[in-house]
Amino acid sequence: MKSRIPVVLLACGSFNPITNMHLRLFEVARDHLHQTGIYQVVRGIISPVNDKYWKKDLVAAKHRVAMVRLALQTSDWVRVDPWESEQDQWVETVKVLRYHHSTLLRSLPSAEGSDPGQALPVAPAVVPELKLLCGADVLRTFLSPQLWKDKHVQEIVERFGLVCVSRAGHDPQRDIEASPILRRFQRNIHLAREPVLNEVSATAVRQALRQGHSVQYLLPDPVLAYIREQGLYLGPPGSP
Amino acid sequence: MCKLQRPSNLPARGFGVTVFLCKRKYRVIKGIISPVNDAYRKKGLISAHHRVIMAELATKNSQWLEVDTWESLQKEWTETATVLRHHQEKLEAGRHDAPQDSPVLERPGRKRKRAEQRQDFSQKKSVEKKTAGVPKVKLLCGADLLESFSVPNLWKGEDVAQILGHYGLVCITRTGNDAQKFIYESDLLWQHQDNIHLVHEWITNDISSTKIRQALRRGQSIRYLVPDLVLEYIEKHQLYSSESEERNAGVTLAPLRKNTAQLSL
Repeated sequence: MKSRIPVVLLACGSFNPITNMHLRLFEVARDHLHQTGIYQVVRGIISPVNDKYWKKDLVAAKHRVAMVRLALQTSDWVRVDPWESEQDQWVETVKVLRYHHSTLLRSLPSAEGSDPGQALPVAPAVVPELKLLCGADVLRTFLSPQLWKDKHVQEIVERFGLVCVSRAGHDPQRDIEASPILRRFQRNIHLAREPVLNEVSATAVRQALRQGHSVQYLLPDPVLAYIREQGLYLGPPGSP
Repeated sequence: MCKLQRPSNLPARGFGVTVFLCKRKYRVIKGIISPVNDAYRKKGLISAHHRVIMAELATKNSQWLEVDTWESLQKEWTETATVLRHHQEKLEAGRHDAPQDSPVLERPGRKRKRAEQRQDFSQKKSVEKKTAGVPKVKLLCGADLLESFSVPNLWKGEDVAQILGHYGLVCITRTGNDAQKFIYESDLLWQHQDNIHLVHEWITNDISSTKIRQALRRGQSIRYLVPDLVLEYIEKHQLYSSESEERNAGVTLAPLRKNTAQLSL
């Protein structure tokens, strides 16, 4: 039986706050990749962006990381990684990918020196493929030279690969067609579809919180409890 | 349609929307989820026993939502108006000794997709007291239930009049326009429009039980679409399959059977 290629999914973003929609990305992506028969998703990583991204309304990374950790308490395959958020500067996505890729390589069992007396070489352990997980809206931003350097987009899709989750009404294929780089490496771009219409954006959640509306059931209960305890997202727009 | 209760699409996706009701302000004190009786005979409907438990699991940590089994325990299918009446009477019976305060609302939920929360402690103290101190039960629903009023033989005329005239509807819609248009185009709804509170849901969240069951049949994950406890329960009891989806296939829905039988008498 042909063995599947192991895959690790990495999601970058503000996660301000993390919502059930973000968590769904992993579930939908995993189902999709498994469905191909080629891949086996072994791990998921959520990497909240550095504070120095200076995005409007961004609350402190320590809170955003804490909330993701709470949201993933009951997950047995996705975890949070604070490396990106702990750097001195904002880190470009391609560098986050490179970092996690080299971490993956370092964590593999070494194939050398295992048995000096062995006549045949030991087969190297399979390196999981690290792929960037994102929503269709992020894919669209790849077309924006203000946001992404061409050479980075190329490295992301050529060297790593993309899993893009979209929902009804979105047409990521069109965005791929519109970009020569994406078109060229589209075999490395996996388009997964979320069948359920789900517009739970973090922006809408922050707005609802500011207006005193309930967001229960839009994000995990422990995250909601944390937001209340810490008094997050209560101020006027522009304040964290 | 009107009474279907699939706990998997319940408050898991609810969120609170502030209800602005023109001149009146309400305080919602309780939300009731009433799973439909098995005798409703809707296609794909699994045993009420499971649906009740899932609803209870979903609302386990809620301060104000509760599950009521009265409807599901009746010997036969019960009209919505009767269920509303049951809950209204139960409330009135329980409030003999309750302190008099501003009008409050309770909402038995029908096909509950979302819970609603409106707390208005700070504002107006002198609220019009129509029936001082007695909570009023209102039917919580989506726009599809509103539209179902026009399906022939699905509802008894006098029931609709009671629900709209006496109890009232709180209808959550994504596109307020469609619901408003529907009210405009129906004489009956138009007549009772003051008792139909349309709530615009800003964060669209279209997780239907039908899609959940479909995903389950296809081996797709429903994690984060339903509460974890409900998910575990479904997996443990292997609740939904192609077989379960075929239950009641070809069987007439209870209200249709009942209302057309009465017509032919």
